[in-house]
Amino acid sequence: MSPTLKSQNPKPVAPPGRLPKCPTGIQGLDEITDGGLPRGRPTLVCGGAGCGKTLLGAEFLVRGATQFNEPGVLMAFEETEAELKANVASLGFDLAGLVRQKKMLIDYVHIERSEVQESGEYDLEGLFVRLNHAIDSIGARRVVLDTLEALFAGLPNEAILRSELRRLFRWLKDKGVTAVITAERGREQLTRHGLEEYVSDCVILLDHRLNDQIATRHLRIVKYRGALHGTNEFPFLIGDKGISVLPITSLALNHQVSNERIATGIPRLDAMLGGKGFFRGSSILLTGTPGTGKTIISCNFAKAACLRGERVLFFSFEESPNQIIRNMHSIGLRLEPCVKRDLLRFHSARPSLYGLEMHLATMFKEIAEFQPDVVIVDPITSLVEAGTDSECKGMVTRLIDYLKAGQVTTLFTSLTQGGHALQQSEMAMSSLMDSWLLLQDFEGNGERNRVVYVLKARGMAHSNQVREFLISDRGIDVVDAYIGPSGVLTGSARAAQEALEKAGLLTGQQEADRRKRELERKRIAIDRQISGLRSDYETEALELRRIDEQVGTSTLMLNSERAASGRLRQADAKVAGGLRHRARLARIN
Amino acid sequence: MNIKTPKRRKRSLVSAPVKAGQCVLRLFVAGASVRSRQAVMRVRELCAAELRANCRLEVIDIYQQPQLARDNQIVATPTLIKEYPRPVRRYIGNLLNTSGLFADLPAPLKPNRVN
Repeated sequence: MSPTLKSQNPKPVAPPGRLPKCPTGIQGLDEITDGGLPRGRPTLVCGGAGCGKTLLGAEFLVRGATQFNEPGVLMAFEETEAELKANVASLGFDLAGLVRQKKMLIDYVHIERSEVQESGEYDLEGLFVRLNHAIDSIGARRVVLDTLEALFAGLPNEAILRSELRRLFRWLKDKGVTAVITAERGREQLTRHGLEEYVSDCVILLDHRLNDQIATRHLRIVKYRGALHGTNEFPFLIGDKGISVLPITSLALNHQVSNERIATGIPRLDAMLGGKGFFRGSSILLTGTPGTGKTIISCNFAKAACLRGERVLFFSFEESPNQIIRNMHSIGLRLEPCVKRDLLRFHSARPSLYGLEMHLATMFKEIAEFQPDVVIVDPITSLVEAGTDSECKGMVTRLIDYLKAGQVTTLFTSLTQGGHALQQSEMAMSSLMDSWLLLQDFEGNGERNRVVYVLKARGMAHSNQVREFLISDRGIDVVDAYIGPSGVLTGSARAAQEALEKAGLLTGQQEADRRKRELERKRIAIDRQISGLRSDYETEALELRRIDEQVGTSTLMLNSERAASGRLRQADAKVAGGLRHRARLARIN
Repeated sequence: MNIKTPKRRKRSLVSAPVKAGQCVLRLFVAGASVRSRQAVMRVRELCAAELRANCRLEVIDIYQQPQLARDNQIVATPTLIKEYPRPVRRYIGNLLNTSGLFADLPAPLKPNRVN
């Protein structure tokens, strides 16, 4: 079988004008190399001991064989076939299976200087023949030489070796295979024996650096002839699924957004957030000093999500799952049913267990496995211990971007140390967050009381009020804090103030009642007076009427008496007719 | 002296019983290059000088039998592997710089010379 170099390639052909690339299948590496390693050319991977050179090579071959249908040859100079198989099995690579299926071939080259005696001119045709045979026997398109520099130790004549290596790289190019050559990092140059002078197309540098007792692996593309590539140093890690390079810069800000709102599990808190809670897929930061109830709010949020049938992944860096579940009993929050229904999963790890990148990889892995709707990280500040601030921010950025891309709502709690400004979040993470709740202690009257307020909530009307936040055995309650002339009062001061107000109100009411009663009494008194006066008046009026009647009667009687006496004096009646009239007038006058 | 053809497989050689005191050599060459020819000539020369007839030499062309190159861990060509007498030793190069293949052996282990 001869290596068919141009045909049967399932990968899309690169557009004209671009260097054809060979995807590695290694998570993240293809992104920063913009498609993979240069196809048909050798790539040099150099780095110190234990930084993952062999693994990168092995994964390149395994992914090629399994994902891109490109068989590969691994020529190992340091490890035997059996050792290699055992070593990469821990990453879930089944080398033995691939070898059986003829998708991979491992050729262990053993050179021991003490067994070899130089006795004249020679060349490395043996190596070429073996490599050629290996490539041809499985139709390999990829080759890894790990570590070619062992030849320098095994063969005495460096001049011959160098000329032969030059020939080897030329030959590999002519053969059209995509090759990865690993080499040990040198002191002043990239490789100990200056292999970079032969491999000029692509050079990748691996590095394993210790920073404050925590080791992080980094990958950097030193050189990539004829192609754009990320030039930064990218952290990478070796997880149980192989290498994953974590590029920050390759993530774009273009994720989908949702208008759906999800409740926090605390009705009054929802009310503070425009009445509906957070946006789905948003990132929420919960800052607070120690003991302000960050975990409790988180657990409430988790429970509320579980009750909606959503899946919640809870990363706890301070407490074990059982401890959290037990502690939540004290506020009447039962999380076991959620755990039992597999809606809630805890992942607890000490921050110092491993480096930041490893934490991130573990989190990615858990998230990918569990497919949660809500992710809670309690607290994110613990991770600062596992790395520097800038690394931590980078990590949070990556985590948020990753989660937002999947429309996962994320709640981070952040511990603010006492004495610091509350708005200071260690990692300057606030700009990454869509909503920010602040929990605070109010100290006074010999007690500490918790208050909560919404510092920011992007895209929603939210309350500007400080609310007191009560934790009882019935759960969380958010109540209005007393805001009056004497400032914001909470706790017993608020209760006392409320009692005082109640007493004041009562007194006022009593006073009003008393006045009302008095007025009534007055009204009744006046009424009584009025009726007295009226009866007086009526008596007098009656009297007046009686007098009137008497007067009338007496006048009548007088008139009739006069008439009678006139009749008695009839004699002068005629004369007196005119006189009578005058006399009557005079009498009247 | 018995030089086998390159077509013969290694197994035939190994399975053949090794007589006491016999010397077994295998020479891996890459095609009929100048260097290969030099190596073959030189091995014969050395054998003739030190061992006379008591020697089996197999010359293998790795172009013809690449699998054998892998099986025998050949990197450089030409490579001469001295199988017997023990210990196994490898010589790389055209052997022009070597004065003898058996000089490192102590006297009793040396193959019998036929004078």
